[in-house]
Amino acid sequence: MAVKKFVVGVFTEEEPLFEAVKKVRKAGYKLHEVYTPMPIHGLDQAMGLRDTSIHTAGFLYAIFGTTSMLSFMTWCLTTDWPWNIGGKPHFALPAWIPITFEFTVLCACVGMVLTFCYLCQLAPFVKKHHFNLRSTDDQFTMVIECTSKTNEAELSSFLGGVGATGINVQVAETGWWLGRYDKEQKLFEGQSETVSA
Amino acid sequence: MSLIRYESQVRPPLVDNNKDYHQVTEDIVRPIEAAPSRLWWTGFLISVALLCFGVYSIYREVTYGIGQWNLSKTIGWGWDITNFVWWVGIGHAGTLISAILLLFRQGWRTGVNRAAEAMTIFAVICAGQFPIWHMGRVWMAFFVLPYANTRGPLWVNFNSPLLWDVFAISTYFTVSLLFWYSGLLPDLATVRDRAKLKWRKYMYGLLSFGWTGSTKHWQRHESLSLVLAGMSTPLVLSVHTVVSFDFATSVIPGWHTTIFPPYFVAGAIFSGFAMVQTLLLISRKVLKLEDYITLEHIEVMNKVIVLTGSIVGIAYLTELFISWYGQNPNEGWAFAQNRVNLFSPYGWSYWLMMGCNVISPQIFWFRKLRRNLVVTFFMSVIVNIGMWFERFVIIVTSIYRDYVPSSWATYYRPSIWEVGFYLGTFGLFFTCYFLFSKFFPVIAVAEIKHILKRSGDNYKKNMYRIEKTSVDEFYHETHANHH
Repeated sequence: MAVKKFVVGVFTEEEPLFEAVKKVRKAGYKLHEVYTPMPIHGLDQAMGLRDTSIHTAGFLYAIFGTTSMLSFMTWCLTTDWPWNIGGKPHFALPAWIPITFEFTVLCACVGMVLTFCYLCQLAPFVKKHHFNLRSTDDQFTMVIECTSKTNEAELSSFLGGVGATGINVQVAETGWWLGRYDKEQKLFEGQSETVSA
Repeated sequence: MSLIRYESQVRPPLVDNNKDYHQVTEDIVRPIEAAPSRLWWTGFLISVALLCFGVYSIYREVTYGIGQWNLSKTIGWGWDITNFVWWVGIGHAGTLISAILLLFRQGWRTGVNRAAEAMTIFAVICAGQFPIWHMGRVWMAFFVLPYANTRGPLWVNFNSPLLWDVFAISTYFTVSLLFWYSGLLPDLATVRDRAKLKWRKYMYGLLSFGWTGSTKHWQRHESLSLVLAGMSTPLVLSVHTVVSFDFATSVIPGWHTTIFPPYFVAGAIFSGFAMVQTLLLISRKVLKLEDYITLEHIEVMNKVIVLTGSIVGIAYLTELFISWYGQNPNEGWAFAQNRVNLFSPYGWSYWLMMGCNVISPQIFWFRKLRRNLVVTFFMSVIVNIGMWFERFVIIVTSIYRDYVPSSWATYYRPSIWEVGFYLGTFGLFFTCYFLFSKFFPVIAVAEIKHILKRSGDNYKKNMYRIEKTSVDEFYHETHANHH
């Protein structure tokens, strides 16, 4: 976990965000993150984020589900304990379609949700630094990391110029830690901040 | 103002009364933060009382055995399996609204999906009770799982539809729960970040998993929702298909029908939408959410009800036609004598089913009645009574007169403990729903905000300007700003 210094710009509407993101990136500032109360389509492209490949992970889990269940049933009923059910074939593929399908879906969904939680670092008792509590309500929060080249005052006025209505400077941890939300915790006190070039 | 996504003026607004983002949060989160009303307590306590009666009924059944129910050698499945199929069916509307309508990009789902998904989960929990306790020796319920047991290992019969059901229902429950909860995370974070009380900060901090609302997370969240929706769609169809296989793969006249899978799925959606109507008509009134669950929402759901009700009607008639056309005397008897004949012992239940499911929903061809809240509420109850009788008709009228006429005399009536078990699941369902409506946002806050600027009453007027813009200008304007 690294402690870093950030300049935070708060927007009250989402429309100026696109323009602002574009300008911030053009000016060469290090855009850390934009926090929004709801998904905003196109903002990820504007920020230059690559597409998520979580659906590819889902596909792999699905393939795992199909093959594992199908081979398990085949092994059970043809090799381990061949069972005569009304004289029907031991390898009863059509009758196994429902279970294979259900297990495929189960693996894909559970796997994807766990992957999602892992990638986004979401779990019970996980706590993170929240730059602006209203960014889950009605505000859009743009967070820019201060590097060794950044002039805070200049950056603040720049953010004002692109439409941010509230601007402040925060020192924060970038990672997560185990904690509770009813207690103020500053784990980084006494720690000096890391400044990247 | 590039972000205005075009939506035709023809579509009525989905959010009424001049809302902004903050107002949306306020309106939906307020009931969570306020003390529960007297009405809430009354409903909650009645539900808990029903639940207790159900627990006692199950206690009787487990202690004294399945003989506490009036099942017999001829009628081995009675109320219990009827209730199972009924509850599973109700669950389906939630997945339809949250998954299928997401794939079809239906904006109106945002107002109702959260409550409908919760309903799905509670309904599946209720449904699951029936086959489990029907086992009698319930402490051996784990025998249905394929595990390396001490009997060989003797594996379960993977060829049996009853085992398919085990997989289908448990997968359906798990996937619905994951879908529902992943959608809840951002909204729980909203509640957390505005919480004033210590315990609320702690609880919602715990429940929201540390959600921040970062763009990258939203991007993954959207992708996750879309794929989960894409998988839930065939899943929900498969679940009721498998439930119908419990009957259709048997050789009992009246059950052995190829039309069962689509007919069961249509019926499930039909009864599920009726239950959504019942719940939402009450919720929107009690929680004052009329601006989000508008008359438009009620009306489109009534359209789905009349559509699926008519599909179910066609299925009933097709069954009758095929039983005549097939010229199988046993099947012909099962339909003509055990069901259609009003003066046969259970003829009344067939015609009650027809009246409730096929004839009465036809009133929703009239716009005025679709938009009438009292009529809608009344109909939603009627439909669910009808759909309960559909399962009762399928199960009981097909088996109460078996191949041995000497056992025909049995007239099956449920015992008080069978009824008590059914009432108990109502208690369970509504206890869960009352707790949900008190502690969770009953409307997806983030999703409403997502459609607000397109479908909000106050933003709709901007569409006039866009409608006057030429296609080239519109494309240029929206695209220029996205890159």
